[in-house]
Amino acid sequence: MPEPKFRSFRVDAVVLRHSDYGEADRLLTLFTRQLGKTRAIAKGARKIASRKAGHIEPFTYVKLQLAQGRDMFIVTQADTVDAYLPLRDDLVLTGHAAYALELLDRFTYDDQTENPTLFRLLTDTLSRLASRHDPWLVIRYYEMRLLDHVGFRPQLFECVNCGRAIQPEDQFFSFSAGGVICPRCGQGLKHLHNVSVETLKYLRHFQRSSYAEAARARPSPEVQKEAESLMQGYFTYLLERELNTPGFLRKIVGRD
Amino acid sequence: MLLPESIQSLINALERLPGIGPKSASRLAFYLLRATDDVADDLALALANLKKNTAFCEECFNITEAGRERCEICESTRRDGSVICVVEEALDVLALERTGGFQGKYHVLQGVLSPIEGIGPDDLKIKQLIARVARGGVQEVILATNPSMEGDATALYLRQQLEPLGVRVTRLARGLPMGGDLEYADQNTLLRALSGRQEMS
Repeated sequence: MPEPKFRSFRVDAVVLRHSDYGEADRLLTLFTRQLGKTRAIAKGARKIASRKAGHIEPFTYVKLQLAQGRDMFIVTQADTVDAYLPLRDDLVLTGHAAYALELLDRFTYDDQTENPTLFRLLTDTLSRLASRHDPWLVIRYYEMRLLDHVGFRPQLFECVNCGRAIQPEDQFFSFSAGGVICPRCGQGLKHLHNVSVETLKYLRHFQRSSYAEAARARPSPEVQKEAESLMQGYFTYLLERELNTPGFLRKIVGRD
Repeated sequence: MLLPESIQSLINALERLPGIGPKSASRLAFYLLRATDDVADDLALALANLKKNTAFCEECFNITEAGRERCEICESTRRDGSVICVVEEALDVLALERTGGFQGKYHVLQGVLSPIEGIGPDDLKIKQLIARVARGGVQEVILATNPSMEGDATALYLRQQLEPLGVRVTRLARGLPMGGDLEYADQNTLLRALSGRQEMS
């Protein structure tokens, strides 16, 4: 990990978001292998002949040379590793990739610690989306792994109330307790969400399998819908606010 | 409070402008205090008229003089109404007008789709564009949103919406900028520059 005493160092990064800054600069939010989430200024990136602009678009996996500025890092060189071009040619893929980035952005802090596993998960997820794997599967698998890394792994094998192993039947899910509650404990409790035995089976499968194994799953459309809305409800609860991208995706595919 | 209230309130107002911090704000305020009267009067008048005398064109949503329904470009008979150039902001119209190379009309979206910031189609003037094209008389829609992730997403969405209307939908070309350097070009730009290469004439 680069020590702050070095004035300039290299990082591997994925650009999470960008915004205009000053006259012709861009402020980037990056997720880096070496420093976790961090921010950096790309000077002059809005000028038409900028040598950096094309490399620092959102979704791009890029090698950056960063210099310690007065109060923020400054990008001095940029070179694309993978631009995941297919994500830019398909609006639905753009939306899913944006969802993955938004989740990561919301769950992480600027804490200057290296995070190679999470970085790897992100680049793997983007390249799976770009190689046109089923977005539902890629995203559900990503959500499960992300929850593991940020410390919100849901308990799906034992009842979070009585600790007994979950039986193969329809269960409840509690956002506040972070896991499944068996039908006996859940009787009469408030703020519980139903989870069918079928959906739970897939969630458990994603939690303990590798991507290669998870990718063989072929859940029905009902299960897909239930799993998606359960996970999004859980995220809204954890983040204490609604995510932006699910609404965007709904509008794009015309479900709204 | 060390400063008279009127100076302090000007400083506070200036500080709210983008790119102006407390130091710049006080420097500007004191400059205005010492400058001749007409400098401050001109500025005050210009600011007061800014909002009062401007409005959005009801056709293309560009900025225009208040009291007009449609802007100069939309009213003009010399401009070709069968070609509409779609841009993100009013400033983009200015940039295109400076080239003098476009004789059609414009449509200003007043923003760009952004999944992460949660800016969806309903936050932009997209419905109005579709309605405008559906009224007929339009042969080509040029998508001139910025060549960025957000601009591309907007262009993809517009193409999807315009397709059923049977108009020709084009996108501004992408390639190497004047004074650029191949060595520093990103894959995306270089690939498109290669696939969009042209016969030298």
